[in-house]
Amino acid sequence: MPPTLLKKRLRRKHHRQHARRLRHARRHRPRHQDEQVFVIEPPAQPPKPKPKPKPPPKLPPPPDTNHRNAERLLWRAGFGPRPGDVDHVVSVGIDAAVHELVYPTGTANLIGPAPRDEDGNALAPEDAWGHDHLWWLDRMVRSDQPLAERMTLIFHDWFATSNDKVGSQRMMLDQNATIRANALGSFKDLLTALTQDPAMLVWLDGIENRAGDVNENYGREVMELFTLGADRGAYTEQDVRELARALSGFDADWVDGSGWQNFRYVPRRHDSGSKTVFGQTGNFDWQDALRLLLENLYHASFFVTKLWGYFIPTPPDGATQAALQKLYVDSGYGIAPVVEAILKHPDLYADRALVKPPVVFNAGLLRMLGRGIDTSAWSWLGDMAGQHLFLPPNVSGWDDSTWLDTSTWRGRSMMVTYALEPKHVDPWNGPVYDPAEDAVTAVSRALVFTGGPTLSTETRNTLASFAGSCLPGAMASWQQSPYRAMRQNALRHLILTSSDWQAS
Amino acid sequence: MRNAAAEAGRGLPSVEPGMPTPAGTGLSRRSFLERSAGMALAVYGANRLGLGALREGVAAAASGAPQRVLVSIFLPGGCDGMSVLAPVGDTRYAQLRPTLAIPPSTGTPFAPDARLRWSDPAGGLSTLHGEGKVTVFPAIGYDHPDQSHFTSRHFWEVGATDAHARYGWLGRYLDAAGADDNPLQALSLDSDLSPALAPARVPVAAVERPEDFDFWVPGVDDPVKEPMLEAFGDLGRLATSDPVKAGARKVATEVDTVRRQLAPFATPDGNPSYNSPVTYPDSDFARRLAALGAMLAAGLPLHCVTINSDGGFDTHSGQADSLPGDVKGTCDAVLTFQRDLEARGLADRVLVVLWSEFGRRPEENGSGTDHGAAGTAFVIGAKSSGQMIGEFPGLATLDDDDNLRATSDFRAMYCSLLEQWLGFDSAAVIPGASSFDRPTLVKS
Repeated sequence: MPPTLLKKRLRRKHHRQHARRLRHARRHRPRHQDEQVFVIEPPAQPPKPKPKPKPPPKLPPPPDTNHRNAERLLWRAGFGPRPGDVDHVVSVGIDAAVHELVYPTGTANLIGPAPRDEDGNALAPEDAWGHDHLWWLDRMVRSDQPLAERMTLIFHDWFATSNDKVGSQRMMLDQNATIRANALGSFKDLLTALTQDPAMLVWLDGIENRAGDVNENYGREVMELFTLGADRGAYTEQDVRELARALSGFDADWVDGSGWQNFRYVPRRHDSGSKTVFGQTGNFDWQDALRLLLENLYHASFFVTKLWGYFIPTPPDGATQAALQKLYVDSGYGIAPVVEAILKHPDLYADRALVKPPVVFNAGLLRMLGRGIDTSAWSWLGDMAGQHLFLPPNVSGWDDSTWLDTSTWRGRSMMVTYALEPKHVDPWNGPVYDPAEDAVTAVSRALVFTGGPTLSTETRNTLASFAGSCLPGAMASWQQSPYRAMRQNALRHLILTSSDWQAS
Repeated sequence: MRNAAAEAGRGLPSVEPGMPTPAGTGLSRRSFLERSAGMALAVYGANRLGLGALREGVAAAASGAPQRVLVSIFLPGGCDGMSVLAPVGDTRYAQLRPTLAIPPSTGTPFAPDARLRWSDPAGGLSTLHGEGKVTVFPAIGYDHPDQSHFTSRHFWEVGATDAHARYGWLGRYLDAAGADDNPLQALSLDSDLSPALAPARVPVAAVERPEDFDFWVPGVDDPVKEPMLEAFGDLGRLATSDPVKAGARKVATEVDTVRRQLAPFATPDGNPSYNSPVTYPDSDFARRLAALGAMLAAGLPLHCVTINSDGGFDTHSGQADSLPGDVKGTCDAVLTFQRDLEARGLADRVLVVLWSEFGRRPEENGSGTDHGAAGTAFVIGAKSSGQMIGEFPGLATLDDDDNLRATSDFRAMYCSLLEQWLGFDSAAVIPGASSFDRPTLVKS
């Protein structure tokens, strides 16, 4: 069975087991002594149609622009705010906050408890299925250098490598460390490191590329997807073939039982003849090839446009584009200065939203809740939502224009379910929930619980309408508290699945 | 290529402001409940769902004249056609397949070509073929075959040998002929949308199993649960000038519509609430076909449906151990599905197309077979013409890569399906449609 299929089956099994557990929990949840009063009897006649919605109750004013811009920065440059983060950005201002993100001091600290599976065991990221995903998700949740993690995620998508073909979580994690080490450094260093990275050499057949038997896979993708871009006149099919020759020479040994080993450059596997690339001729080797790519006049514009697109959904104007390219080239292919300029650019704070990638959404939920990794569910939930780390769909990475469909939307809703579950208000046990809470207070409390996110006026009004109309008109005294507890749980779920929280 | 494929692979409609929101019209609740013959009523009585979940969406779902349905079943990995329809009468067969050849004493005869025999695991297809319900393409493919799973599958999915095509062939058909408000018109019974259904415009849906499309929220039950689920849709229907948010909200409305449409198919515990008049094999694939039969019987407005078989057909090694079981699992489930449709009186409305991205190399590699070129495809149903389209090309003359030559083109099959089954001009969907012949796939 191909590994994908096996994984898919395991995942399904996992999902089914989990679903069973949930159903079991649902069936066996403690029942309030009076509950049978309303569960047994079906209504004698069909319920009346819902009354016309009342005008929504008046909510307190939404957060101000500074608050909203701080949120925007924390989501785009990281994985959303932890409690207190927004206030910090507001107090120091955007420019200082960007500087802190782009130029952090020292090595990253992971704050909070170490990740565990649901049985309390430490993760086995190199070995257990899905634990590589959990291991990185944990860094996204806990690192005090969130931009470094976000940039690592961006370059994982940019140089998308899938364990589907690599077949080694250890090699994928090694590549991940390589990306992280260079994610805010020089793109030249990053490209150089990834060209010789074992996972990449397997993924795009670098180890199959040798003199006399040239494999074009990496040569094509490094131009099309990593440095220059297709269909813009940056290179020809002849350049693909010639560059592939220059890139030849890497090798590794297959060892039964342990996979690819001993990655190395073997001069006699290299095609040492003369090549002509972008009109220049020489006995180019792989390092010459990378130099030619970076010196290609189309590279800086490709880099800036692609990087910008990860942060801002509308393209930069001509002057901004030119200024960013100059910044990039003058800094010797520096990533940090360009990122810094993008994060400070007014376009980042404009109205247009971006759909959060599923892992960003997931990490953000946990950061908001102050919760660490304590279940392996996040790996298969990532699958359901459309993003399993280290398993991008293909070499062009995830398609961030189509994160949402009916199936992945439900996956995100399941993420919210799993995220909220430990902290949900139990309607039937535990402390009695406020039996007199009015609709406005209910929405306000749900907004506080979810970190005070900026929501659009129409979403706030709809939440208020829901809060004002979801409870029966007349309730028995025993229903007052539990039904309001349910309303509170429902409001939190609605906020976190709303388009305003999925895209911001 | 990658980018294009990714778009087709994950494609959803680009949503524009002002697109219509799901509307409920047509059938009354009562007539829906009557039509679904106790199933929904049983759900209603059993689980206190209330009529909320059966409101407009489902009523709308059941309204209108029933459409014909095309079910596309994909065998992922490149199925070895020669293990389905074995060329036991070809003199080179035993020589090319010293360990994997099907013994000539097994299986059943294939009337249109005495060289071929249905293998035992393909018995389900053999049975239906005997009843005149299977149109057979013994060697289907395209010129200059690509042996990459990724590329060849992409070609089949987009209905063109075009690496840059963005939308699926059925997605393009639905963009032209589909509805603006019915996500179930194109349904992938899988964890994500089939690239063949990827449209530019109209809503479509992916649902692994109808009974799975539930939303459990801890600490939310009656009477708050139903209003909360309705609020998903209320929040989705809010207008916004931001196209990104509009897209996210459009999906929320589709979720709401699909949830309403599928609510009758699950018990409160999330188990299937439907029964089948026949007994399906015990497999995930068969269970999804059983659900499909029930959804069709309930009158849901399905039109183009895709399902992946859960077998693994990329049999580079260990083929003798895994492939017979996977072929049998697929063919038995397809036979049962056909019997289900017949028992429910739906057989004239549904046509199944069974395909894989390529066949495998005639010469085995010792324990398996590598990627090949021409493969087999089948069009199955009561209305299937039952003909053989193109001939088996024989093993004496293979192509330059030692693979089976194609004697029919998958795009010709698509053109005929569009014109003869869906009643739509294929020129508007399949590039170069006029250059392909039109095999007879549907009984006139």
